[in-house]
Amino acid sequence: MVRHLQREIERLKKRVLALCADVEKNVAMATRAVGEQDKELAQKVIDSDLGVDGIEVEIEEECLKILALHQPVAIDLRVIIAILKINNDLERIGDLAVNIAERAIYLATQKPLADKFDFPTMTDKVTAMLRKGVDALVSMDATAAYKVCEADDEVDELNRHMYNLVDSLISEGRKEGHTLMHLLSVSRHLERIADHATNIAEDVIYMITGDIVRHHIEDYTGSVQ
Amino acid sequence: MEAVAQDKTQAEPEGMAEKRSAVGGVEFVQPLNAEADTDRAPHVQSREFSIFYRDNEAVKKVSLDILSRCVTAIIGPSGCGKSTFLRAINRMNDLIPGSSTSGRLLFDGQDVYGKTIDVTVLRKKVGMVFQKPNPFPKSIFDNIAYGPRLHGTTNRGELRQVVERSLQQAALWDEVKDRLEQNALGLSGGQQQRLCIARALAVEPEILLMDEPTSALDPKATARIEDLVSELRGTYTIIIVTHNMQQAARVSDFTVFLYEGVLIEYGDTRQLFTNPTEKHTEDYITGRFG
Repeated sequence: MVRHLQREIERLKKRVLALCADVEKNVAMATRAVGEQDKELAQKVIDSDLGVDGIEVEIEEECLKILALHQPVAIDLRVIIAILKINNDLERIGDLAVNIAERAIYLATQKPLADKFDFPTMTDKVTAMLRKGVDALVSMDATAAYKVCEADDEVDELNRHMYNLVDSLISEGRKEGHTLMHLLSVSRHLERIADHATNIAEDVIYMITGDIVRHHIEDYTGSVQ
Repeated sequence: MEAVAQDKTQAEPEGMAEKRSAVGGVEFVQPLNAEADTDRAPHVQSREFSIFYRDNEAVKKVSLDILSRCVTAIIGPSGCGKSTFLRAINRMNDLIPGSSTSGRLLFDGQDVYGKTIDVTVLRKKVGMVFQKPNPFPKSIFDNIAYGPRLHGTTNRGELRQVVERSLQQAALWDEVKDRLEQNALGLSGGQQQRLCIARALAVEPEILLMDEPTSALDPKATARIEDLVSELRGTYTIIIVTHNMQQAARVSDFTVFLYEGVLIEYGDTRQLFTNPTEKHTEDYITGRFG
């Protein structure tokens, strides 16, 4: 009975890993679509979100089945609860990738700006957080999860930088106000994705340690070995 | 038997529960995460308490406090000493040839195995319900009235009140009020077990010991008994031995995990079943062994 439960949990982890890979790919494609003004690439992201939503529902149903049939306790219960929550965060990240893609479709109709909006760097950091958070789930590594939480500050800083840049350009009287606001939205969406990746890491920490750290993570980060 | 001197060099289970206290040089365990509640004074306390069946130490130097008017579940694999520990509280082990104890077991601060203890009075205050329902081959009324009669109640009116009150408390009154003179053996298994609980309650105990009270019952009867335990909590101190971990999780406030006679962990049930302190506890409750 226990082996059966363990097999189901391992299968569930693999599905979450696969969902994370899909969502990570969509985030990267969406920001590439912004930078390259590629409408078709953006549309691909929007079309693939239906699949992401479907997988999210399947994973949730699988979790509910395990809870009903196996009544797990302790670490097994925490794994299922963490997966339920991480699943939800991944689906939200998928939605945010769609939001970025929709911005890309608008921006593709506009003249590109010469100003430096370093979305690739921001995207790399965000997708790395996402990947490392889910890896920490699979490898049960709380230290790696704490490091993901620490990385959120860097993304927040990049978003602030984007905001300041847009603010200064608008103050200079630049006429591309709509374009600038859409670019700022992209930055904001990436910052929200990083927040969701942090949530995932916090859920992994809960799964491993049993501690709910999400409202006071600053008490735990900074001292990670 | 004399209380043994505490051996400080004795190895203790690794990573023992954190909330340890010491009284008279003897360390004991209080349940982790017990809410600070002045009503929850310890009702039963063991201090380095061991139980022997001849040379076999079935329960090994267990020190813990069981809190008043709470439900405490004792879990562990077969042969770990759960029922042995339970039976020590009302000295039912005295009936087993070759059994002996060391250390101390206190009930309301008095040594249960002290020379001045009247075992009959003890067993009035510490009632017991067993795995297999064991109604007497008498009427329902006489089953319940047996204990009070033994303790001196002879007035029929008083006995009738005691019988009704006890059957009400055991959630059985409505089902049997019109057939109190019928033989108790005609009741269903679940009803017989509630009758046994009513019989224990009739002598107004302080503690109710329940040794796997539902393992012989069907799911519906089990649910009725568990509901009853929930209702009785707050009035009586209930200690329940169970093999069914979901039951322990459902009905108890605190859970004790014994393994091979040793206390491994004792804590708030919610905490123990979501995030136990000891790996050994986690392995047991998740079914990785046992």
